[in-house]
Amino acid sequence: MTTPTTADRTPDGTPPPATGRRSWLRDHSELGVCVLLLALGVLVLTDALTMDVDITQRGPVGPKTVPLVVGTGLLVVAALLAVDVLRGGRGQAETGEDIDLSEPADWRTVLLLTGVFLGAAVLIEPLGFPVAGALLFWGAAFALGSRRFDRDPLIAAVVSLVTYAVFNNLLGVPLPGGPLMGVL
Amino acid sequence: MNALNSLLDGFGTALTPLNLLWAAIGVLLGTAIGVLPGIGPAMAVALLLPVTYGLEPTGAFIMFAGIYYGAMFGGSTTSILLNTPGESAAVVAAMEGNPMAKSGRGAQALAAAAIGHFAGGMVGTVLLVALAPTVADLAVDIGAPDYFAIMVLAFIAVTSVLGSSRIRGLASLLIGLTIGLVGLDQMTGQQRLTFGSLQLADGVDVVIVAVGLFAIGEALWVAAHLRRRAPDPIPVGRPWLGRADVKRTWKSWARGPFIGFPFGAIPAGGAEIPTFLSYVTEKRLSKHKDEWGKGAIEGVAGPESAASASAAGTLVSMLTLGLPTTAVAAVMLAAFQQYGIQPGPLLFEREPDLVWGLIASLFVGMVLLLALNLPLAPVWAKLLRIPRPYLYAGILFFAAVGAYAVGGEVIDLVILLIIGLIGFGMRRYGLPVLPAIIGVILGPAAEQQLRRALQISDGSVTGLVNTPFSVIVYAVVILLLAWPLVRKVLPRKAART
Repeated sequence: MTTPTTADRTPDGTPPPATGRRSWLRDHSELGVCVLLLALGVLVLTDALTMDVDITQRGPVGPKTVPLVVGTGLLVVAALLAVDVLRGGRGQAETGEDIDLSEPADWRTVLLLTGVFLGAAVLIEPLGFPVAGALLFWGAAFALGSRRFDRDPLIAAVVSLVTYAVFNNLLGVPLPGGPLMGVL
Repeated sequence: MNALNSLLDGFGTALTPLNLLWAAIGVLLGTAIGVLPGIGPAMAVALLLPVTYGLEPTGAFIMFAGIYYGAMFGGSTTSILLNTPGESAAVVAAMEGNPMAKSGRGAQALAAAAIGHFAGGMVGTVLLVALAPTVADLAVDIGAPDYFAIMVLAFIAVTSVLGSSRIRGLASLLIGLTIGLVGLDQMTGQQRLTFGSLQLADGVDVVIVAVGLFAIGEALWVAAHLRRRAPDPIPVGRPWLGRADVKRTWKSWARGPFIGFPFGAIPAGGAEIPTFLSYVTEKRLSKHKDEWGKGAIEGVAGPESAASASAAGTLVSMLTLGLPTTAVAAVMLAAFQQYGIQPGPLLFEREPDLVWGLIASLFVGMVLLLALNLPLAPVWAKLLRIPRPYLYAGILFFAAVGAYAVGGEVIDLVILLIIGLIGFGMRRYGLPVLPAIIGVILGPAAEQQLRRALQISDGSVTGLVNTPFSVIVYAVVILLLAWPLVRKVLPRKAART
């Protein structure tokens, strides 16, 4: 019963009048959170309902019960949050030492950082940790606006090598050395 | 109980040269990381988790204790010298501490904070020694229904006491519970939310969730809104206090712990509420009311002492019940689980060396903190000037190290990033992070206790409320849930805190 309520009110449903539609969407972007919660709830419920549970399972509460409760909870919360947002409720964006909320979000930096992180994850096995880590540090610093091409790569290399040595050799936490460590 | 003897044994463990070294490294690392702007105690502990992977448990937890206290102290240094705290417990320190620093009394503010931390931590840890064994003894007899009740209380408290919006807290909790569901069902081995993936069958490691939500989420969120010009920290010399200042502050130091400790032990968000209560109390009792808002030293001393004692209170619930009441405790609990140790009433019997070594090292850590931080404060202040691109690149870098070190799997880095993006979205839309992490950690445990309780009662729901203890706990839960309704009905005369 809660499901259709939310679906009707999400931006993908019946479109509001064309005039000011974009600004309405921007003002109500929090509805996206409701959509995600709704999707997550459906996912959890589907997974729970399609589970084939062994009949011999002990006890009255099987592995399905808690997922069913959590999934239903997600649907209910998605609906309640949608109501709250449509009534004008807004989540407070988090503040902090280095955060300036007066400017719009800088999506380019976030995307760049995500890309750099994924790239490093892919490279860590073929190139080894020292190289992939240095690329991650330099790439992230670059994405965040540092343009010191003389200093940045050097700092990145030192941080990565020292971390590798400390973890791998001193603390006993193995990290892949890669071809570079094979040469050294 | 011969808590005193056990404590002496604990000192025997904590004062071995190697453990002393771990404590010192922990304090130094914790303070250094905690001072860095944008890094609160929870992120500091999460980022430093991998440092301890190679250590044996006792050494690791001794180091953790140092990191915890160090990071809390570091956080207050940041708020005094920068005045834009990101972490709620340090907000109060900025209210009087920053005006003091601006008017050239930064050294005194830092000294009041450092000694406040020392005093609060000492009193708090003494209370921990006195109370924890008793609580553990009492808790040995409580069964599955009681545990389940306590966990329900933790869920409700963490979503409704903290933050401005209950519905957002609940959303966060449910996200955490969902992540906790991933993997094999503990009792039947049934796959849940694994989508046939072998890697997911082991579940999502709590460390990865913690690092993702706290470190990656925060770094991405800051990156999206990075201040073009970093705020200028106020330069400061070596902290010291004159006789007149000591005369004004010693009572505040002494009062703080008794406000902080109880709040740390209950699931009410750790240091946030007690620091504020301490601030209000000190303001009311102060003889220098005209100075408040312009830099009253009591306003730094009391709250800092309360914050430090609340950290000790947090450890009571964490060690004796396995109940994390703050984000830091949640991360520490995850660390215990890494070693296959389950904190709870039996911990004191099964791992006396570990527990008492840890408690003794709290005392050691506090002395080290005081000894190191007074002379090193100018060095810490320099850390505030770190270029922001390096700082946040470093956070991403160490988060990657931590996640990769968990199991040496690339897929963990991808999961880390996804959870980081969830953390980013939560910060954008005001979903608090703490309920999610509590949900991940306590969710599976709560499910297990629920199923155990219902097995004993053969499926009858009365099996959940058949002990006096669980009934009392559920009464508190109902009270918490009904509180906003009650407040609406009652005439508005209750003073707002």
